[in-house]
Parts: sequence; C-alpha cells; structure tokens
Amino acid sequence: MGRKRDILFAALILLVLWEISALLLKSMALPEPWVVLLDTFGKLADGSLLDDLAISSSRALLGILLALFTAVPLGLAIGAEKSLGKRLSPFIYLLYPVPHVVLLPLIIICFGIGNFSKIFLIALIVFFQILVTTRDAAKNIHRNYFSAMQTLGASKWQIYRHVILPASVPKILTAMRISIGTAVAILFFVESFATTTGLGYIIMDSWGRADYVGLYTGIICMAALGFSLYLLLDRIERRICAWTQTG
Amino acid sequence: MLKVKSAGLGFRHGSAVNPVLQDISFRVEACGSCAIIGPSGCGKTSLLFLLAGLLQPTAGSIEITGNPRSGTILQNFGLFPWKTVGQNIGLGLVIQGANRDRVHRRVEQLLDEMGLVGFGEHYPGQLSGGMQQRVALARALAVDPEILFMDEPLSSLDALTRERLQNLILDVWQSKKITTVLVTHSIEEAVFLGKRIIVLSRRPGRVLRIVENSEAGCIDYRQTENYFHQCTELRAILQGEYDGQEA
Repeated sequence: MGRKRDILFAALILLVLWEISALLLKSMALPEPWVVLLDTFGKLADGSLLDDLAISSSRALLGILLALFTAVPLGLAIGAEKSLGKRLSPFIYLLYPVPHVVLLPLIIICFGIGNFSKIFLIALIVFFQILVTTRDAAKNIHRNYFSAMQTLGASKWQIYRHVILPASVPKILTAMRISIGTAVAILFFVESFATTTGLGYIIMDSWGRADYVGLYTGIICMAALGFSLYLLLDRIERRICAWTQTG
Repeated sequence: MLKVKSAGLGFRHGSAVNPVLQDISFRVEACGSCAIIGPSGCGKTSLLFLLAGLLQPTAGSIEITGNPRSGTILQNFGLFPWKTVGQNIGLGLVIQGANRDRVHRRVEQLLDEMGLVGFGEHYPGQLSGGMQQRVALARALAVDPEILFMDEPLSSLDALTRERLQNLILDVWQSKKITTVLVTHSIEEAVFLGKRIIVLSRRPGRVLRIVENSEAGCIDYRQTENYFHQCTELRAILQGEYDGQEA
C-alpha cells in the first residue's frame, strides 16, 4: 500500500534528521537514534518495559472510552434538542476553556492516587473536546433528513438511531483523533508523579537518573502508543464510515 | 379522497405574519393524480408539506378520508448518505417494526422493480441522480402507500432520464392504483402526470386556476395534439402570472 510506504519513508527522514541533530549537538541530552532504538528493542525483548507499556495503554484507552461513552450521548442530545442546548450550552462555554488539569488536586482528594484518578483526568479533558464537536455535528444536520424521517413515521429514538448518530459519526471520529494526542500528553502528566508504573514514570525516572537513552526509550514507546491508537481509529473509521469515502 | 378546504399557511415574524399560502381549495379523487405548479417561491413545497402532514395549516383544513398509508419523496430525494441503497429502501419498514426477513424480501423485490439489482450494497453517493431518484421512489413505495406525495422529484435530472422516470411514475400510479400528488415547476411534467393541475399564483400562493387534464395517464399522451394544446394553455396561464411580476 502506498500509504504505508509513505509513512515508513517519513519515519526514515525523521530518524536521519535526529541522527544529524545528535551528531551536531554532541550532547548527552540527545543520544543517537540507533542507540535509543537498540535500547528500546532490548527492553521490549527482555520484557522489562512491557508492564509499563500495558498499564499506560490501558490508562489512555480507558480514559478515552470513558469520555466517549459520556460525551457522545450528551453532545448528541444537546445538539439535537434545542431547549436542552439552550440551557446547557452556557455551561459548556464557561467550563470548556478552564484548564482542567488544575483540577488534579481535587480529583486526587476525591478518588485517591490510584489508577482511577489518572483515567478520570484523561477522560475529563478529552470529554470536552468530544462533547463540543459532537454537539456541533448534531446541531448542523440538514432539516431534510428530519423531514424524511417524519414522512416515514419515525419515533424520536429512531431519529437518533438512524439520523443524528450516523450523521455525526465522521466528526466524532475527527474529535477522537485530536483526543488521542491530548490523551497521550495528559497521560505523561498524570504518570509523572505519585506512581511507579507507566511510561511517564519511566521518562521522569530516567531523567532523574540522567539516563538519557532510557528517557528517549520512554518517549519512543509513548509515541508508539499514540501511533497505535491512530491506526486503530483508522481501522474503525474504514469499517463504520465507508460512506464518507464514496464522495 | 383528499380534500383541501380554504387552507392557509403563515409564518410568524415577531408580531407580523408572513403569509405563504392563502385560501387554497381543491380535491383529489382516490386513485387520481394531481400536479401542483406555480412560479418559484410561490409556496408549492409548503403546500406539499401541508398535504403530507409535515406542516399544519394555520387556516382552513386538509381532510384525507380513510387515513391511507402515505409515501413522500422530498426535494433532493432525502436519501441518507450513511445508509446503503438497500438500507434506505427498507428504512420505512424497519421503522414500522417489520422483521428482517420481510424487509429483505421487500427490498429485493423493489430493487428488481426499479432496475437497481446489484446496487443494494452501494451508497447513494455512488449512484447517478436518476438512480438515486429511483431509490427514493423505491423507499416511498416500500410501505405500500395508497397515496404518494412528490416534491419536484425529477427537477435535477437530464431530459431523457426525466422522461424515463416520468414513465415509471405513471406506471406506478396506474398499475398500483396509488393516488399521486406531484409538485413540479415543469409544464410538460404537470401535463403528462396530472389529471388535475393546480396552478398557484405568486407568493402568497393562491389557486389561480384548476386545469382538468383528463387524458393524462398513458405513455403515448406525450405524442398527442391535446398534450401540446394543454402545455400551451398552461404556459399562457403561467406567463400571465410571470408578466405581472416584473417588467
């Protein structure tokens, strides 16, 4: 496939640029890529990184899913029901721009320092991104589709099921794509303290020990995590959104 | 039978009422056919929405005796791009709660009748305008309507496709004994398909004339002298209305 080849080619160029930068900079803080890659493969092969990779993946994934399953129904309802939208949109306007990361202390007091707090913070931040996009998608569905459903005698639930949800899915997927980047960034933040597992911890710990190769190995793994989520989303999109590719 | 008794429709703008339709009265016999024609912006579509029950009249009444099953084709077909052709056709039955087997059989039958065999799994976006129109017709016919409402169903098609589909609509009306009500801006289409032609005035739409056109209903009508005569007469009526509009 042409797309796969293009991605490999882009990866190669980035590695070359990295290599050149490392050679020019001659700093401990930027090791050469082949050293990092060898370290990464070594740690993956002996299994010492697998636990952290698994726990980070599940935190990110659960956070995104928690946000998805709460934000989508709420966003569809706010977008499609005028009176509900009128009542709730002001709250979204006020709450969306708040940097939700600052709520971490409160979340920790409420839910402790375990996994749930981490997942909850990821979900909270991603929630608003998906909510706003879903609401706007549901709001801008052409009237014609509703008239057509009315002529077929559809109930409110059937209109959600056959029109509002499927018409909004492409934009929901776009929101998810943006959310993956956010989720990985927040993942690093929540794993950088009060935990001894996860890729974020590996990065912070390596930094503290001035183990720059280990630090970059953590970064590579985190990037790979985000990339895998992208690929997963692409696959889901091709399955459930075939109609958008037909023009 | 469909009876429209001095029906009116107005949209409220603050304290002012913007009249769209005024004092519309006509009737359509069971198994009859009726074409509604008028200058653009005269409220043709609003009138069809009233007849199909998508809007309620603000004055007068619309009576349909016997509460017949109805099918409606909206402008630009009203097909759902996220559903396959087969899913679009079967939607009315799915909404009525028909079981999967029955929906499947009916869809297959209609694909066959409308010359769409092999396109059931396609998306509407992959089909030509004429084919999309046949899908819309199939979807309206799926629920075995006794009365069929159509809003400019053929306006976006090329001349030959138009004629072929006019023949198809004629065939549906005649062979299935379906009462048809058609909104159009094409004089030829109104004369070919409407046994009774309702000519509307400029906005606010009033009934300008009701033209009886009893010979409509056979495919050869297009080649007869009377057909040309009716077209000429209808054109003269409409011309008069347009001449009053602007210099």
